[in-house]
Parts: sequence; structure tokens; C-alpha cells
Amino acid sequence: MLTFGSIIVQALHLALVLAAAPLVVGLIRWLKARMQGRRGASPLQPLRDMLKLLRKRPVLAENASMVSEVAPYVACTASLVALACIPSFSRGMLLAPVGDLILLVGLLALARMALALAGLDVGTGFGGLGAAREMSFAVFAEPALLLCVLTFAILAGTTNLDLIAATFRDGGLGLRVSLALAAVAMLAVAVAENARIPVDNPGTHLEVTMVHEAMLLESSGRHLALWEFQAALKLTLWLALLSAIFVPFGTAPTGAGPLAWVLGLAAWLLKLGALCFALAVFESAIAKMRVFRVPEFLGAALLLALLAAALLFVSTGLA
Amino acid sequence: MTFGQLPYDVAHLFGGGMLLLSFMLLYQRRVTAVINGLAIQGAILACAAAWQGGMQSAPQLYLTALIAFAAKAVLIPLALRVLIRRLDMDRTVDTAMGVGPSLIAGVALVALAILVVLPITTGARAIAREDLALALSVVLLGMLMMITRRNAILQVAGLMSMENGLILAAVGVAGMPLVVELSTAALVMVVLVVAGVFVFQIRERFDSVDVSLLDPHRGEGR
Amino acid sequence: MLTGLLLGIGLLALLALVAAGSGWVPGQERRAARAVHGGCLVIGLGFAGVAAAKLGMGLPEVPMALPFGPPWGAAVVALDGLSAWFLLLLGLSGASASLFALGMPPETGRVLVPFPLMLAGMALTLIAADGFTLLLGFEVMSFASWALIAADHAEAENRAAARRYLMFAVLAGACLVPAFGLLAGPAGSLEFSALRASPPEGWRAGAVLALGLAGAGAKAGLVPLHAWLPPAYRAASGPVSALMSGVMYKVALYVLARLLLDLCGPVQPAWWGVPLVVAGAVSALFGALRANMEAEIQPLLACSTIENIGFITLGFGLTLAFRGADLGPLAALAAGASLLHALNHGIFKTLLFLVAGAVRNAAGSQRIDRLGGLIHAMPVTALAALVGIGAAASLPPLAGFASEWLLLEALLAGWRVSDIVFQVVVAAATALVAMAAALAAAAMVRFFGLVFLGRPRSPRGAGAREAPLKERWALLLPAGLVVLLGLFPGLLLALAAPAIRVLAGPATPTPATPTPAPAGLVLVAGEGASTYLPLAVALLLALVLVTLWFLVRRRSTGATQRGPVWNGGFSDPPPFLHFGDPLTQPGAAGFAQPLRQMLGSALLGAREVVMMRPPGDPRPGHFAAHAADPTPGWLLMPLARLRDGIAARAERLRDLTIRGCLSLSFGTLVVLLALLAWLEAR
Repeated sequence: MLTFGSIIVQALHLALVLAAAPLVVGLIRWLKARMQGRRGASPLQPLRDMLKLLRKRPVLAENASMVSEVAPYVACTASLVALACIPSFSRGMLLAPVGDLILLVGLLALARMALALAGLDVGTGFGGLGAAREMSFAVFAEPALLLCVLTFAILAGTTNLDLIAATFRDGGLGLRVSLALAAVAMLAVAVAENARIPVDNPGTHLEVTMVHEAMLLESSGRHLALWEFQAALKLTLWLALLSAIFVPFGTAPTGAGPLAWVLGLAAWLLKLGALCFALAVFESAIAKMRVFRVPEFLGAALLLALLAAALLFVSTGLA
Repeated sequence: MTFGQLPYDVAHLFGGGMLLLSFMLLYQRRVTAVINGLAIQGAILACAAAWQGGMQSAPQLYLTALIAFAAKAVLIPLALRVLIRRLDMDRTVDTAMGVGPSLIAGVALVALAILVVLPITTGARAIAREDLALALSVVLLGMLMMITRRNAILQVAGLMSMENGLILAAVGVAGMPLVVELSTAALVMVVLVVAGVFVFQIRERFDSVDVSLLDPHRGEGR
Repeated sequence: MLTGLLLGIGLLALLALVAAGSGWVPGQERRAARAVHGGCLVIGLGFAGVAAAKLGMGLPEVPMALPFGPPWGAAVVALDGLSAWFLLLLGLSGASASLFALGMPPETGRVLVPFPLMLAGMALTLIAADGFTLLLGFEVMSFASWALIAADHAEAENRAAARRYLMFAVLAGACLVPAFGLLAGPAGSLEFSALRASPPEGWRAGAVLALGLAGAGAKAGLVPLHAWLPPAYRAASGPVSALMSGVMYKVALYVLARLLLDLCGPVQPAWWGVPLVVAGAVSALFGALRANMEAEIQPLLACSTIENIGFITLGFGLTLAFRGADLGPLAALAAGASLLHALNHGIFKTLLFLVAGAVRNAAGSQRIDRLGGLIHAMPVTALAALVGIGAAASLPPLAGFASEWLLLEALLAGWRVSDIVFQVVVAAATALVAMAAALAAAAMVRFFGLVFLGRPRSPRGAGAREAPLKERWALLLPAGLVVLLGLFPGLLLALAAPAIRVLAGPATPTPATPTPAPAGLVLVAGEGASTYLPLAVALLLALVLVTLWFLVRRRSTGATQRGPVWNGGFSDPPPFLHFGDPLTQPGAAGFAQPLRQMLGSALLGAREVVMMRPPGDPRPGHFAAHAADPTPGWLLMPLARLRDGIAARAERLRDLTIRGCLSLSFGTLVVLLALLAWLEAR
């Protein structure tokens, strides 16, 4: 496992996703602006914002505790570790044995909990509201995600992401209805987890219906920069996860050379760009839903994922 | 004849898409969205029929596909839309059972369909079984929709979705006779029901005072 | 070794006597308390040491017949893998609780007497090797814990809680005694080796399953037999509730596992697992949801215990099913998940209850709406609590995650039992477990966020001080254990191998197969394809955290500035509210609102009543939210009615004439004789 190639791939992957994360957010904003007839800021704008925020002195509330100062680092770390395990342009990274889907769910929960605690730290109404809603949405999103994992585990016999991607690419599974249903469920979960429309609006501030931004109202300076970076990492993580599982084509296999890497990189950028475009179209076409319809939305995802697993039982159980 | 062969996979995927749309019909809260979903389901049915026609080299299925597309994806949705606009009907879905419970009931019905289909098709290939289970699920979900929605238009939608499921099952079986006739007959029935609803609504609106007097006693809000 | 254990049990009983004796001598409470808790601490550590030695060195299991016992045979004790595993938990948790109690103001004799008795009863249950001794220990434990719950009997609420608890304890006994009776069958011997030799069949097996599940479930708090649990915790003090929640339920689960997985033999069919899986999944969901609705911290933690008990039961159910379907490695996986979770939960729940006790001692209340902002006054306690909630919310790399990873892997492999009904049940259980885990995370955020973060909500809460030194040590001990257990679950599983063999059948590999290089540091599932490397994950997280910290701090200016709370631009509170307007903080009911609307109204019958004044009326509006668990209504009301009916019927007997009374006794005698004759004729 511990080969030179795997270390190189891991390092390149890390550099790639670190660079891609702010760009993904910027690209989606820019695409949305173009679709809505605005010129839009450059895709580099989120990166510039973060760098500027980093230089600013953070202002903490008088009664803020260590939690406010530590939580952004913890959340960023969890998201980054999770993202480091998801294959991008090549499989067989150094961290491939660590990249387990259940662990991924756990790391996402860790980041979410850090965010919710930071929202509660100062004891303001908005922070509490956002934290309560964030944790409540997860109650529906997490089981949906795990049922999707169940579908993958039945098809691939493992929960390791690298092996799942390999199986889905080379295993001759064909187009499966179960996978299609799981894909729909996972898209819904991705939308909810990243606080995108129709679950939450990433562009608002100070609105009673918001969730994610409400928890960040008290943070500033480098803490805010870290939170924004964490959101960008999480979005990239989900896009990378979706493309690694459902469109594993073009990814360089384990132990491939630089030429395959370049091809894999091109394929990955293409896939991520397409997903960004789809997300921008979706967000422009649809309105935000009421908060208490979100459980219905995620509940439908949960049921679809359950259905995906049940249909698999039909074909694998007695075949 | 198993998974991994493109023709079968695509046919299968169409079935899955129809099932997904059946769930979307149950999930929607706006009548117009339901009609859109119905139109898409009709279009997928047409695709499925055409694909099966190519696969089984049965040209009559192309006819079925054509009929399905023209009537279900275009004409009937259009007519329903006109109906809603003309009569200025309520645009929100009036449910007898909440959206969440009806979704859960829908999954339970799919599980039931699977449990029913499994034993009676033990000899068949896995994929044929799954196809049959999908079609039966679509039928059951259509029925569920008819039961759990109060609005007449939505009941028509449920009926049409049910009928879509029947046709899906019919086109999926190679060598099934009278598929075209079956689909046409079912279509005529749906058209008749739509016309009936139309007439009924008009009568309810413009006819004698008696109906509106009786209205409060029917136990159901319009 | 067994002699040592028996000596420990005897010493515990002696301590109870000492405590009872000290009640007669005034002014000796402090010394008596120190003696009792110190003794419990030492004996607890001794138990843990013996159990660890047994597991680690693989000492042989030698049953020992005691010179006394019931009329039909000697009482037998033995220490096999399963007993030793739970004894380890008992020792660790008991020692932590005793250490904490040493630091607290001394308790009265009402607590000091039953406290060691409860420990003794649990230890006796664990090392028993025949049905009678097991039931004896079980009942000693039940009644000692009843006395502990009833200790603060001045309040009517506590008396009602104790009464309800006693009712369920009696129910548990009433189910377990016939279960063992049925197991013994015609042979009549209650010794475990004899019971194993003749596993029950047919209706007897079904009856044992139902009775065992009901009996152990009533004691462990499985839904729908959990109605006694949350109120019982409102009354108990910190160490007592830590002991009850950390260990007592585990002992009930030990009885469940011993009865259904060991004594009923390895030949039971796969469907035996289904009731356990269903009960476990439903308990997990209900417990976690209720934890989000409770307004006081100890009932909140108690409800989270119901959730974890559900997880463990679910694991046992999966073990039964896999074993019945001849899937040995998967059975070992599920059994390992259950055992590991039992230990992990025992430790982190002990920690959390001790934290609750510290908060109660320091801030004088356990109502969430009177606490808040305690992280400033009690930083060490807050740190310990943070570790505890991380484990309870099953966050990697802490203890809760490792066992939940195993449990989920076992659930994800549930489809290998080729029965479609079971497959669908397991898929649904997977969803429920994931939902329960997310609900637990929400409950833990609510617990920590509202109690330790934010601003104080009452003057008494604002005056809280950090816990005394001994209490702090008692918190840090389990907190350190939680971290250690999370980092080395593979070693623990290797330690648990004898226990796993008892549950999953002999000659099954453990889930932590010592792979070549990092032996015991990896958890393996799915035929070796899925792995969880806790140490690597922890190191990775630490490395990234430090790097990130370093990079950000290099780039950013150092000092932070303090300013007033921004709060979305709301105005400052009036000057007489020194720590801010409490109404602008999220409260216990407010934080629960989304979940109450999403799930609570459907599952728990939660209601919200908003009373708005008409325009122009200056009085404040009113909002009330409450959730009522429907199961007591379903279950207890008919039972109560039945009891009343029977009582009324029995009352009528008092009015009989002498002749009537005599004929009643005579009739009973004749019926019993006829029964005897019929039994002998068979």
C-alpha cells in the first residue's frame, strides 16, 4: 500500500481539492448570476474574500468561550480529512484504506456538531435556531445517506469508497434501477447537507428561515474565513463523492502512470463542472421551500433509498 | 439476459423512472406539478414501449408508443390544464391522508408488490421479476393516489398512472398479444373519465341550485 | 479467582451492614460515607482487575459449587468470557461512581446502605452459573436500586417514580422466573451446563423467547417497557444514576444474552433475531427522540440510555439471526458490536451522569432552563462533558463511533440472510439506527449547548463554581477511558474474544482479525474489505488540525478582540438583566421545536399551544409545549384497569360466609390434587 505512487497521488489530490474548493463555490455563483441575467463576480471572488477575512482581526462576543475559537478548526479539519479520502483523478491513494463511507458520515457529523455548538456558544436566538434546524435536518439526511450506503454495500460487498468506485467502474453492473434511485436520494441529501436551495438559501443573511448562515452570525475574521472554507470544502466533498460513485469513468486505476492521471484529471474537472452547472440550473429554477417541508423532502429521499435497497433484495436475494 | 446488458438495463431504467415519477405524484402539493409529472410519466412510458418495440422487433409497439406519447404526454395533460384554468379550480392538492404517511404507505405497497411477485416468478429471470415488480408497484401507487386525494383531477391522475403501470407490464412481456388494443381501450376509458369529470364540474358550477345546496352535506370539501 | 470475587461480594454486603449500623451512631455519617464509597472504589477496581486478567490471560472456566444454596442443589458460580466482560464494565463504572461520590457531600444512610448492596447484587448476577443464583442476584440488584430511587422520598413525585419502578421490577422477575423454569424443563436442574445440554424446542422455546425478552426488557428499559425509566432518574443522585444507567441495564442485557444466546443453545432458528432487532430499533428511535424533548438533564440522559440499550439489543438480535443462518463471522461481528457498545456506553454514560451530578451540585438545578454558560465557571467539567457528548453522538475517533461502526457494518451485511422479510426488516432497522444516531447527536448538542454554552439563565446558575478536586478526577478518569476505548477498539475486541465465542458460537473469528502489521489496531468487516483504523484517523485529524492552526495563525493577526454580542443587531438588554435577556436565548423547549414538529407530533403525541392575546391587551402571550409518551397509556392503563378489576373481584370474596370460605379452600385443594394426579400420570 505504502508505495511512492500512492503518496504522490495523495499529495496531488490534496492540492487539487484545496484549490478546487473555493473555485467550485465561485463557479456556481458565477453561473447562477449569468443565468439570472447578471454579470456576476469572478469565480475567484470567494478565494479573495477568504484571504481578506483571514487578515482581519476577529471580534468575539464578550461571553464567547473556547468553543467559538476551536470549532472552526475542528469542522475544517473533519471536512478536509473526509475530502482527502475521496478519490478524484486517480484511485489507490495513500488514504484509500481509511476512506470508509461510514467514517465519512461520522466525519460529516463531527463537522456539523462543531458548527452547531459554535452557533450556540454565545446564546443568541439566531444561533440556537440555526443549530436546532441543522441538527434536525440531519435526522432525516443521515438515514437516507446510510441507506444509499446499504445499496452500495450490497453491490460492492464493502463500504470502502475506493473499492466501491472500482467495482462500479469495472464490475459490469450495468445501469441499475436501484442505483438510479439511490442517486436521486443522494442528490437530495447533498442539497440539504450543503444548505442549498430549496432547503436553505446560501445567499441570504438575516432571514428567519435561514439555517446555515444563522449559526455564523457571531463569527468574524479568520473564524468566518474558516467557516466559509469549510462550507466550500463540504460542497466539493459532496460533488466529488457523487462523481466518484455514480460516474467513476475516466478515473485512473491504482498504480497508473502520469498520463492516466492527466486523463483522470480532465475527466474529474469535467464531471465537477457538469455537476456545478446542474446545481446552478436547479437552484435558478426552483424556489426555497418552507422549513417544515424539508422533512418531507428528505423523508422522500429516505424512502427512495429504502426502495433502492428493497429492489436490490429482489434481484440478489433469490436470483 | 441479466444485468449488465445495455438493452435490458435501459428498459429496466425506464421502469424505475416510472416508479420514481409515481412517487413524485404522491409527493407533489400542486395540481399543476402533478400534471407535469403525469406528462413526464407518459413520455417515459412511450420511450419504454418504443425501446421494447426495438428490442423485441415488434413494430406494433411503436404504435403503442406513439399513442401513449400523443395522448398521455401531450393531449390529456393539456386538456387537464385547460380544465383547471377554465374552471379556476383550487391549485393546491387536497389530501385525505398527509403527504408523509402516503409516501410511507407507498413504500409499503412497493414492498408488498415485491413480496407478491417474488414467489410467483421463481422460474423467471431476475430482471423480468424486477420489471414486473416495478409495474405492479406503479399500478398500486396509482390506486393509492386515487384513494388518498380528494380532488377529482388528482383522482384522474391516479387512474392514468395506474393505467400507465398496466401498459408498462404489457409491453415488457415479449409476445403479449393485443397490446395495442389494450392500450387503446385503456386510453379511451381514461378519456371518458376526463370527459366525465369535465361535465361533472361544469354541472356543479352552472347547474341548478340543488347541487350547491347539497354540497355541505356531502362530507367532503371541494 | 472466584474466591476473590465472592470475597468482594461479601465485603460489599458487610459495607452495607456497616452503613446501616452507623445510622444508629449520630455524627458518624461522614466517616461511614467515606468507608462505604472508599470500599466500593477498591472493590470495583478489584473486580475490573480480575475480569481483565480472566479475559487477557484466557484463564480456564472452572465452576465452583458453593456450600450453600437452594434446597434442590448447591449454588454454582463461574466466570466465563461473557461474565468477565460485563464484570469489567461493572468494575470500571462502579469505581468511577464511587470516586465521584467520595468527593460529594456525604449521603444519608438511605443511600449508603443500598449502594454497596446493588453492586453486590450485580456482581452476583454476573458470576452466577445456575438459574437460582442469577435470579437471586438480579432481585437483590432490583430492590437495592428501588431503595436508591426512593431515597429522597419526601417528594410525592419521587415516591410515584419508585412505585412505578418497583412495578416493572416485579414484572421483570415474574417473567424471568418462569423463563428459567421452562428452560429447566422436566430434568429440573437449573445449572447452566444442564440447561445448555437440553435446549428448548417448539412452544417452550417460543415462550422462553417471549418471557426472556419481556423480563430482561422491562429491566433494561426496552420500548414499550420503558415507562418507569425517565422519572426514576429525576430522583436519583449523580453517582447512583451513573451506576444504574452505566451498569444496571447492562446486567439486564447480560441476562438477556445469557438466556437467549447461550442457554437456549446454538440451534435456534434465524427468525429468533427478528423480535430483538425490531425491539432494539424501535427503542433506539423512541429513546433518542424523547431525549430531545426532556426538560431536565438526567431524564434526558436516561432517554439516551434507552437508545443505546436499543443498539445493543439490536446487535444481539443480529447475532441470533446470523448464527441461525450459519453465518459465523457475521454473528461474531454483530456480537462484537454489541459487547463493545455495552462497554463503551457504560463508560461514557457513567461520565455523562457524573457530569450531570456535578452540574446539579454546582448550579443547584437540573432543569435546562435554569442552567447555561457553565463552561466559564466549570471548564474541567465542560471538557469532560464534551468528550462524553462526542462519544454519545458517535463522533470519530471517540468510543461511541467504533462500536457503532461495527453495528452498522453488521446491519449492512444483514441482507446475506436470504430471507426477504428479514432483509426488509434489517434495511428498515438500518434507517432507524441512523436516525437514532442523528437524533442522539441532536440531543447531545442540546444538552451541551444549552447547559454549558450561552449565558446563565438563572441567578443560582450564574453563581456556579467548579466541582471539587475529587469530583474532577472522577470525571477525568472515565473521560480518559472514553478516548482510549475509542482509539484501541481492536485490542478490546481481542480481549472480548472469549465473550464473543459464548454468544456467536465457538470457533468463530473475531472482527478484529490481527492483520499482519498493526495487530489489533484495525476493525475489519465485510470479509476484510471494510476497515476502520481509529488510530490512523485520530492521528490524521490531529495532524491536519495542527497544520491548519499553524497556517491560519501565521497568516492572520494574533489577538482577538472582544465586543458586545452582535445578535443580528438586536438592542442591548435593560441594565437590570445582568447576564442578558434570558428570553433571547434558545430555551429547552425552543431548541426541541423543529424535531417536535417533524417527528414528535407523530410519534410522541407532542402538542404546542400558543395563546395570543387580542390586540390591545398588554399581558404577555403564552406558549406551552409538551410531549407525552403514548406507550404508558397503551400499556399501563389496561394493566391498571385489570388490577382494579381483580381487586374488586377479590373484595367480593371477603363477603363470603364461612361455608363459602371453606368450600373455596376445599375446592382449591381438590383442584391442586387433581393437577398432581394428572402430572404424575403423564
